[in-house]
Amino acid sequence: MNYSENHRDTKDLSDDDLLKTFTPASEVEEPKDIGEFEEEELERLRQTGIDLTTPDRTGTFIQTNHSVLKCDCQTPGVELLPITEALKKYDGLKDYWWKLISAEKDPFTREADQKLDNGYFIRALPGEKVIYPLQTCLYIRNENVAQHIHNIVVAEEGSELHIITGCSTHPHLKSGMHIGISEFYVKKGAKLTFTMIHNWGENVYVRPRTGIWVEEDGAFLSNYISLKGVKSVQTFPTATLAGPNALARFNSVIVAPEGSDIDTGAKVILKAPGSRSEIISRAISFGGRVVARGHLVGLAANIKAHLECQGLILAEHGVIHAIPELEAHVADVDMSHEAAVGRIAQEEIEYLMARGLDEEEATSTIVRGFLDVKINGLPPELNKELQEVVEECRKGM
Amino acid sequence: MLQIEDLWVEVQGREILKGINLQIKPGETHCLFGKNGSGKTTLLVTLMGFSGYKVKHGRILFKGEDITHMPINERAKLGLGLSFQRPPTLRGVKLKNLLALYSKESDAGSQLALAYNFEDFLGRQVNLGFSGGEIKKSELLQLLAQSPDLSLLDEPESGVDIENLDVICQMIRKLLQKEVRKNRRKSGLIITHTGLILNYVNADRGHVMLNGQIYCHGNPLDIFERIKNYGYEECAKCHLFEQGFKI
Repeated sequence: MNYSENHRDTKDLSDDDLLKTFTPASEVEEPKDIGEFEEEELERLRQTGIDLTTPDRTGTFIQTNHSVLKCDCQTPGVELLPITEALKKYDGLKDYWWKLISAEKDPFTREADQKLDNGYFIRALPGEKVIYPLQTCLYIRNENVAQHIHNIVVAEEGSELHIITGCSTHPHLKSGMHIGISEFYVKKGAKLTFTMIHNWGENVYVRPRTGIWVEEDGAFLSNYISLKGVKSVQTFPTATLAGPNALARFNSVIVAPEGSDIDTGAKVILKAPGSRSEIISRAISFGGRVVARGHLVGLAANIKAHLECQGLILAEHGVIHAIPELEAHVADVDMSHEAAVGRIAQEEIEYLMARGLDEEEATSTIVRGFLDVKINGLPPELNKELQEVVEECRKGM
Repeated sequence: MLQIEDLWVEVQGREILKGINLQIKPGETHCLFGKNGSGKTTLLVTLMGFSGYKVKHGRILFKGEDITHMPINERAKLGLGLSFQRPPTLRGVKLKNLLALYSKESDAGSQLALAYNFEDFLGRQVNLGFSGGEIKKSELLQLLAQSPDLSLLDEPESGVDIENLDVICQMIRKLLQKEVRKNRRKSGLIITHTGLILNYVNADRGHVMLNGQIYCHGNPLDIFERIKNYGYEECAKCHLFEQGFKI
């Protein structure tokens, strides 16, 4: 049966009916070992930010469909477990499990609650400042499978940790569904950086549901990169800045090829005085649709929050829809937003040409700048991918 | 260096320049005076070749070559450079990256920034949140990296505080090789409103522009004094300076 054909008609299905068209991950045969992966699959993982050869990783977690193939972290001060084990070990993780998101929120959260496959539990112990990133990979290997993930990340007081998560599908796979619940807890003075790279198949549905809790002086820094085609993404992480001077920053770089529908953004509730937030997105449409949302809610005095969405449309039929929202409940706040969508301004190109660059060099320079959202520790393969996007933009002009 | 012959230019269907004639010889610096809206910026941007500025008649010769319909970057490669009055903001593009692109020497950018006290700006996004003076400095820094033979400077001193005016003028003097006494090659065409720049940079000739035409040619200091005393219209009317002057 050709599932990808089948899935072209899912547009009018309700979420519940859409879910019924996939096979639960627990029902398909799994590889026992990462050694069974073909070279093209390993290459695919590298393109998604996952490197199995470098020593510069604190630990590695790989889940394929339903099974955890690798869960290895030798670094003292960091705990890494499959979530099913952590639930047993910590008596159901009562303080963290479904605390930031309701299992009843929508059909996808219900599905994740009922059909949990696995996920990761990561905890940085108090005061531990971990140098190398910890990498996690959520991988769909079989056609038309729905994967149900639930992750819990806890950065204890004064700790520092960077997690790189690569989410991908088998290079020849067309259809699938990924439901990922993630709950992040950043405690007093901790700093958690979360870099998520999406690299899906063209008929894959992606439904992350994410909640973040940041305490006093804590910082949550999120980077989201999606450069390849995907059928539909719908994600809207919500962060609560609960303690004074807490910080949440969301950077995203999104490329939507023809046929992709990517609805992203973030909401930040600034509850405590002195808390700060920034939501910055860069979207490029090569014919697909990007919705870039941002919702900042100021509930306390002396908060500072900024929202910025820049979009480039480089092909006909492309749609970029920026929806910035500022909501202040007290007077003493500093909240702002700016958004601009369209083509690269001719004026900018000619400005650089007047200094001797040809039109192509000028365009590449502008796009490279456009995509530079200061993501530290980006794996080199991803920099290469970003470069390819710049090339494509140049051709698309 | 530059020869403009009976240049007529249209912008969005409106005739802006109406028969401009102008000649700049190698090593010369010329000043262009004129009211807001008289067509000064249009002239500079047309010389650079920006889209939207349609040459209806006449031609522009640069170093003997007809550049009237040449692409912008080829004019730049031939040695023409423009410092913008209001340049666009380039998000994410850092000034140091541009300087590296323009300059033949790899560390020219940082050397220039060091020389003109602008190091803090190398890592900043081009023109994002720059003050008026910082924009002018950044423009001139880019031109210095590019090192054109003819610099077109659009109000390089406007919005610059007294302290920075000195640095800006040093940069212009460097750009126009003012320290060279014999066989100077670099030329300039400077738009100025305030005339302040004349206190720092010696100019060879001045011109007054009014309603898209050049009315008067002569000693820039004399012209500027006339404008101060009698206004642009009067200055344009007199036609007295350098009678018999030939383009």
